[in-house]
Amino acid sequence: MTPEDLSDRATAELERQQGFRERLHCCTAAGCLSCGAEQLKRELNAQVEARGLSQQVEVHGTGCLGLCSRGPLLRRASDGAVFHELEPSEAGLLLQGDAASEQALAAKRLDPTHPFFAHQQRIVLENAGRVDPQQLDTYLAVGGYSALARAVSELSRQEVLAEVRASGLRGRGGAGYPTGVKWELVAKQPGTTKYIVCNADEGDPGAFMDRSVLEGDPHRVLEGMAIAGYAVGASHGFIYVRGEYGLAIQRLQGAIRQAEREGLLGPRVLDSAFRFRVDIRIGAGAFVCGEETALIASIEGGRGEPRPRPPYPPEKGLWGQPTLINNVETFANIAPILRRGGAWFAAIGTERSKGTKVFAVAGKTVHTGLVEVPMGTPLRTIVYEMAGGIADGGRVKAIQTGGPSGGCIPERLLDLPVDYESLVGVGSMMGSGGLIVMDEATSMVDVARYFMEFCRDESCGKCVPCRTGTVQMHQLLERFCAGQAGEHDLALLKELGTLLREASLCGLGQTAPNPVLSVLRYFPEELEQRLHQDAEAAAAAAPTEPA
Amino acid sequence: MSVKTLTINGKIVTGLAGTSLFSAAWEAGIRIPRLCHIGGLSDIGACRLCLVEIEGRPRLHPACMTEVEEGMVVRTESERLHAHRKLIVELLLAEGNHVCAVCVSNGHCELQDLATSLGIDHVRVSYQHPRRPVDASHARFTLDLNRCVFCRRCMRVCDEVEGAHTLDVAGRGAELRLIADLGQSWGAAESCTSCGKCVQVCPTGALFAKGAAVGEMTKNRAFLQYIVTAREKHEWIRK
Repeated sequence: MTPEDLSDRATAELERQQGFRERLHCCTAAGCLSCGAEQLKRELNAQVEARGLSQQVEVHGTGCLGLCSRGPLLRRASDGAVFHELEPSEAGLLLQGDAASEQALAAKRLDPTHPFFAHQQRIVLENAGRVDPQQLDTYLAVGGYSALARAVSELSRQEVLAEVRASGLRGRGGAGYPTGVKWELVAKQPGTTKYIVCNADEGDPGAFMDRSVLEGDPHRVLEGMAIAGYAVGASHGFIYVRGEYGLAIQRLQGAIRQAEREGLLGPRVLDSAFRFRVDIRIGAGAFVCGEETALIASIEGGRGEPRPRPPYPPEKGLWGQPTLINNVETFANIAPILRRGGAWFAAIGTERSKGTKVFAVAGKTVHTGLVEVPMGTPLRTIVYEMAGGIADGGRVKAIQTGGPSGGCIPERLLDLPVDYESLVGVGSMMGSGGLIVMDEATSMVDVARYFMEFCRDESCGKCVPCRTGTVQMHQLLERFCAGQAGEHDLALLKELGTLLREASLCGLGQTAPNPVLSVLRYFPEELEQRLHQDAEAAAAAAPTEPA
Repeated sequence: MSVKTLTINGKIVTGLAGTSLFSAAWEAGIRIPRLCHIGGLSDIGACRLCLVEIEGRPRLHPACMTEVEEGMVVRTESERLHAHRKLIVELLLAEGNHVCAVCVSNGHCELQDLATSLGIDHVRVSYQHPRRPVDASHARFTLDLNRCVFCRRCMRVCDEVEGAHTLDVAGRGAELRLIADLGQSWGAAESCTSCGKCVQVCPTGALFAKGAAVGEMTKNRAFLQYIVTAREKHEWIRK
């Protein structure tokens, strides 16, 4: 396919779509599939057939529409209305389109002005509800692969790098390293064998941003990777997906096959001299493989264990060659940046954090699901306005961001704008985008214990502080939960926390104490309360001295 | 090859580019505690005992895997480092079943020496008392996992020097264990050449020659340096 063919195909697809009176986008991401989206879609197709509407109405799957707690969701293209919790029996109503059926469906209609949707600004998820992940042409119709076409036919490597740098995009995997700088580091390395790696080993409890992108818009990630390959001089990319993401893997495999067949990937990308192939590697269920050096070891076929850095992957990565590792969301931002320019992207967000961030809101809120908000949005807006606060008028106690590497943020700090620095400043981190809301009934000590248990189970066992320290810290927290801890336990907990942070080999161990440290910082009374109980109980149980 | 000049503990030290801080310090007579490092094998930076402070860098760096750089200012001893090392050794003592009184390596054990030199007179963390197996199926050697600290020296010497790669680790975290071949008993592992190098590099009594009683197992580290020197410099004479 040449760049000209690309725009022809896009136009043809748009015309085809306009030929339909109505197009129904049925969410087929894992969340909606789990509550019957497939049956709904099948019933819709059957009804379309039965009513002889196949020339007028098109039904197809699409990516995550966001409000996963209310699935299955469906978006109607003609007026953009989104319906929730649809039953297959309601398929007929959707197709009638008269006033009576509209009336019947009114209760299932989501309000598009609801803050959950109104406060969102979609870049990464822009195609959710528009593109069918299994139909390449629907991606082409919304400008898909035009950024790659422009890069390989019009732009030099330096120009692509400059655009990414100008955007101010920072790594969405959690640490927030400037993407443009990382790309330049790899681009400047000598040698002709370089690799692009997409980290899709999303493992934080409660996080599913990357999964949604892969399931709903896999071509966007491939396009981002190919652009990166062109910019840094790599011709081979790997996507490392966790094995639990069956549907994402299936969609990716399909997308890679389609892209190769159409010449969007392969020996001559869009009829240029640039070649790029993408392979999938499937993780076997180790959280630590999300750490870049462990991920590299795993792709190489070794045991998924981290090694000390430096050397960093841009210098020595996969098989000792310069390697660019970015996560799914980072790559998903690349095509829009090239299409609309780095300056456009840099105008969104805060001083030091540009663009948008996708959060997976989970926990005790009224609405849960995926939201994409501009950087700088106050956490309070996300928790109260968008997610609707706690159900039944309960009160928010704290939110947890950054998964087992992050920390808790108490309710009083929720006016904090979302950006990398502000979250680190309060002892948490952006992380990959998990956001768990907890109410007054939640014990923060329990939360700390849960995350420590997670880290203990996921420690690879290579370095001593993490392998044995997480075991000890977890046991200490168990003791607190059981009300059996003493003052010395608190001191030891702090000391172990410092050891893990300063002496562990990789990020997993270094950040494992964060949930505990943040409880010590914001909810020390909860730990001390347990101590006092213990002291009183001990005093009561102490034998009195014989007279 | 260029030579780098740096300062370690206030002492001016030189090292060839590419050598580790650990080696440069060692040559200058500065001893840094370590467990996973052993001269002649590749480094993995796993025990975290050789962590040092480098001026201008917020993080601690493993001396075995940090290359010397011009003008580096390094401290190998400080209150913070001492506290970390002490806690790491305490964690190791609590993790396995280290009972010196009945151990073949009593008196010749690197873990014991570390505990002594760091002034450890009791362990603050909880003893785990794990149930770990003893593999005595090999004709000449025994593997007692109760005494293993997972420094992986045995694994590396078997792979890098002997070339057999009989030993490796399986599982993760607290479930980590040393295995022979694909997890069968050591005696049944066909790749083992019974060379005994693993036994000689083991810092504790986890690997020992059969027939050794309490305190009788001494290890000979010189052989490793001999083989490595012979290979690298083609000096085939034992000194």
